[in-house]
Amino acid sequence: MMDDALAQAVSLLASTLRLAVPLVLAALAGLFAERSGVVDIGLEGKMLAAAFASAAVAHVSGSPWMGLTAAVAVSCALAGVHAYACVTQRGNQVVAGMAINVLAAGTTVVLAYAWFNEGGNTPALPDPARFRAIELPLAAALSGVPVLGRIYAGVVSGHNILVYAAAMLVPLVSFVVFRTRFGLRLRAVGENPHAVDTAGISVSWLRYRAMFACGALCGIAGAYLSTAQGAAFQREMTAGRGFLALAALIFGKWMPVPAVLACLLFAFADALQGRLQGVELPGIGVVPVQAIQAMPYLLTVLLLAGFVGRAVAPKASGVPYAKEK
Amino acid sequence: MEGVAALALSGVDKRFGAVHANRAIDLSVAPGSIHGIVGENGAGKSTLMGVVYGYYRPDAGSIRVDGTPVDIASPQDAIRAGIGMVHQHFMLVETFTVLENILLGAEGGALLARGEIEAREGLARLMAEYALDVDLDARVADLDVGAQQRVEILKALWRGARILILDEPTAVLTPQETDRLFALLAKWRAQGRTVVLITHKLREILAITDRVTVMRRGAVVATLETARTSQDELAELMVGRRVLLRVDKRAAVPGAEILRAENLRHVDVRGVERLRGVSFAVHAGEIVGIAGVSGNGQSELVETLAGLKPLAGGTIVYKGARLGPPGTADAARAVRHAHIAHVPEDRLRMGLIASFAARESAILGYHEDGELGPGPFLDPDATRRRTARLMAAFDVRPPLPDLRSGSFSGGNQQKIVLGREIDRDPDLLIVGQPTRGVDIGAIEFIHRRLVALRDAGKAILLVSCELDEILSLADRILVMFDGRIAGELPRAGADEKHLGLLMAGSAAA
Amino acid sequence: MTGDLPRWVDLGLLPLANLAAALLISSLVVLAIGIDPRAALAILVHGAVGYPEAWGYTLYYATNFVFTGLAVAVAFHAGLFNIGGEGQAYVAGLGATLVCLGLDALPGFVVVPLAILAAAAFGAAWGAIPGWLQARRGSHVVITTIMFNFLAAALMTYLLSNVLLDPTYGSPETRRFAPHATMWTFSELAARLGFQAPRSPLNAATLLALAAAAFVWVYVWRTRAGYALRTVGASEQAARYAGIDPARTVIVAMAISGALAGLMPVNEVMGSQQRMVLAFTGGYGFVGIAVALMGRNHPVGVCLAALLFGALYQGGSDLAFEISTINRDLVIVIQGLVILFCGALENMFRPALAAFFSRAKAPA
Repeated sequence: MMDDALAQAVSLLASTLRLAVPLVLAALAGLFAERSGVVDIGLEGKMLAAAFASAAVAHVSGSPWMGLTAAVAVSCALAGVHAYACVTQRGNQVVAGMAINVLAAGTTVVLAYAWFNEGGNTPALPDPARFRAIELPLAAALSGVPVLGRIYAGVVSGHNILVYAAAMLVPLVSFVVFRTRFGLRLRAVGENPHAVDTAGISVSWLRYRAMFACGALCGIAGAYLSTAQGAAFQREMTAGRGFLALAALIFGKWMPVPAVLACLLFAFADALQGRLQGVELPGIGVVPVQAIQAMPYLLTVLLLAGFVGRAVAPKASGVPYAKEK
Repeated sequence: MEGVAALALSGVDKRFGAVHANRAIDLSVAPGSIHGIVGENGAGKSTLMGVVYGYYRPDAGSIRVDGTPVDIASPQDAIRAGIGMVHQHFMLVETFTVLENILLGAEGGALLARGEIEAREGLARLMAEYALDVDLDARVADLDVGAQQRVEILKALWRGARILILDEPTAVLTPQETDRLFALLAKWRAQGRTVVLITHKLREILAITDRVTVMRRGAVVATLETARTSQDELAELMVGRRVLLRVDKRAAVPGAEILRAENLRHVDVRGVERLRGVSFAVHAGEIVGIAGVSGNGQSELVETLAGLKPLAGGTIVYKGARLGPPGTADAARAVRHAHIAHVPEDRLRMGLIASFAARESAILGYHEDGELGPGPFLDPDATRRRTARLMAAFDVRPPLPDLRSGSFSGGNQQKIVLGREIDRDPDLLIVGQPTRGVDIGAIEFIHRRLVALRDAGKAILLVSCELDEILSLADRILVMFDGRIAGELPRAGADEKHLGLLMAGSAAA
Repeated sequence: MTGDLPRWVDLGLLPLANLAAALLISSLVVLAIGIDPRAALAILVHGAVGYPEAWGYTLYYATNFVFTGLAVAVAFHAGLFNIGGEGQAYVAGLGATLVCLGLDALPGFVVVPLAILAAAAFGAAWGAIPGWLQARRGSHVVITTIMFNFLAAALMTYLLSNVLLDPTYGSPETRRFAPHATMWTFSELAARLGFQAPRSPLNAATLLALAAAAFVWVYVWRTRAGYALRTVGASEQAARYAGIDPARTVIVAMAISGALAGLMPVNEVMGSQQRMVLAFTGGYGFVGIAVALMGRNHPVGVCLAALLFGALYQGGSDLAFEISTINRDLVIVIQGLVILFCGALENMFRPALAAFFSRAKAPA
């Protein structure tokens, strides 16, 4: 009985981690964009395009690393378009993000359909073309150790390299944002671009760099979906994760660690919902899956409206920068 | 002047569209001196310093620092040339700590840690030396304005500025803080460095500067040794010999009291008290002019009277009855229903809508009028008819009701706004800056209409930063300074010098 | 910074240049998959308008886009960007369905108008809540409407798979509406008038769409409330000056916007499907954004842009059928490019055009 519960818990936590990875990467990506003052509702599209690019290239080249490179390149190209529209042309940031989402949704399917002839998906990748699970040292040896050993073997070990990469990116992004020159300027430009300008720093170039960082992270997230978690590109495979990441970012008040915690919470809810289907909970009854699915969005709405806490966006986000006069 | 100038400008010229902000400016600032620049609003002081700091590219002219020609294309170039600037509106990131703000742009390496340690040490020294105490780890948003200014000064010092430009630094300071600032500037000068102080307060110029340059209408009118000038001379130079526009006007015959403001107070969103107990009255058949350098509470006064901004205290009595509390959409509507008309000072932000057709701007605030259409509908022909009538009566050119409001010249836009407000037969007209950005012909026309309205027995409250305008129109003049009425003069007894002194906070009435 | 261009350039040439750029890039995508864009265009045009049945489908698609495009346009005039048309239409489908299923004991001339009103009311409510949240609680309407799309999807999936579903079907959808509780199809109408029309989902909702466009025009440009709405959209300060309450206006604008999006299921649910199915909105709410941007937020422009997109959707289906390597998602690509060039990059060609026309105007 105890053992069974532990096994359940281990598998629940492991799948939480797996589901959290794309959210974490996309939320960190969004953090770069929004901290620089560009509202990014185009995370979804960049991720989707990257997922397609990595699956397609991995399929052709047989290498997941080539796929990852392509994913990052494509996602950065879209981020460049986004930055050109929002920073250089001072266009509407929301419209630009929307355009990228729609464009990615259409182009991936059209190209996949034409190039691979599998109804808008890419062919299933053989194992060597994917990022495969990595057994951490001593995992097998320690799996016999009660509780901690089981957790090490079942939750910590046995993921693909991108999961570990994402885990390492969290402290890295935190460090970049709070402990480096680039991070300081990034945080400043989203709050008060005039201060950055008068400090002798180019606002535009800073925002471009932030958008490329955003693109690179979305690229990894996309590659994870199609060549690590999955084994092919499928149409609309991001399934709203970009928006969920945006919600997590807001929920984490545009701070890396709280945003990642929000991603883990949302991923946990996701992992839980499959297991709760049709299960009677004591005192509550059957919780509809949709209620769990809706929870992140509902929480975000309540948070933004100040009903639970208060999330204040970077002050200059959404506003194209123009000198006075 | 001996030696090479620390900062020398020659022939600096800058236009913004039709506005000629700087006209061939020559300026020479001696090293180790405090150089004052005075002038009214719009004299071109801030634009000039924007050019020096690389914020604007001049259309012509050159800049030398310590005798070396420099090309200042961006603030970065200015900083490199040793120029530091304390802006009137602080350039601080409010969510950052003081230290982060100072480091921004001067981080001392790709990682912050080292620069931070260095900065803490260096700043501790600077703070001790110049008595600039601020908590480096405090959030800027939590600091009062005086401390925020100290952060701005520290920023400039930390970047190694040898020439420090301060734009209206005392506007936000208490007298004690001002004294501290001046002590700092004196010390700085004693060390052989240079200060450019932009202000409109003559008392400060006399108290601290070595030389002073007076600007008027974009040009330098004089540069004087401070020791050899006086407030009187400066006020006269700043305000100029007014060529009064001739407005034929009889003596006023004031009637019943229409408006009485009692002890009005207003606190803005940042918590700054903008009106500190303003009381006055306006009678039927007179024009009361409010003079003053802008930013001394005039805008807030107008907007509270027009129902747009809330009062923190005081009462507004109109035709013997108290008006309800201002600051809501309903209040603005109620004011209009009570036949109080308001020509806002900022035409393009408030007075009309550039993207609307003239006939739509001409009904702004009156779109509920019954004659404009049946029930919930607006009849375009009705608005067109009304606008055509206004355009004829106010000589708006071209007289096309369907032309985009933004396509009219400033003068014609203003005539549309004024026409709209006068057309509804107000008992009180509140006018802010009626001729800002308006050509001479339209100015005369607008002035004549205002006098005609007065002669028809209406009360007019006129707020203007243009002293000529106040002098040619007002029957009584109130001067505002620092959120208060600094003095009241009948038109007959007002001379320019005295007004200039009142406006600069340098004299009692 | 608007750089005064001649009116016909501003309203005609510039949008056309933007559209041309979008179509040019689209044809590059077609080239990338190894197809001659000219051949593809020929099939697309024929598929959209080349035979009577095609017209029926084109107009039927266009009807959806008129509703969702108008929704975006109205909000835009109030300075709001409503990306929630998808969710508002989805929830509105619930309103229509509840009436059509629950009140079908009533005669058609009662139940159909009631269902239309219910759809509009449900859509209005789903739009007004984000409006209220922005006006009174300070949360931005863009983010809130995105979240409300997902909330709508979750709510409707739950209802369709648990409450409203017809147990005799395998898929989550309601039972078919009674014949009198649906919109008249065009072929039915034609038959009653004694001539034959090809079968298509085209139905009386198209007339409602035209009426909605007329309503929007009248409301925005011919009423006092519309004047207030445009004033708030142009300048909140000017609105306050004019005694207009921006908060109230924002809520009303979002309610109207939601109601217009909410009429979409009148075409899709009551007209075409005649029952409610899962995800019947099919992304048409997002097409509305492209349609509004291309139509410059004017009802006439919206109708024309909706027609273009209707033709693209219908022609795209034929194209996908004719050329096996083309998928109908090509339409989505074009849609994305239209949003990019007519929306985010709308002023990209402006400096060049302004320079050209100012040089042309200058005396030689």
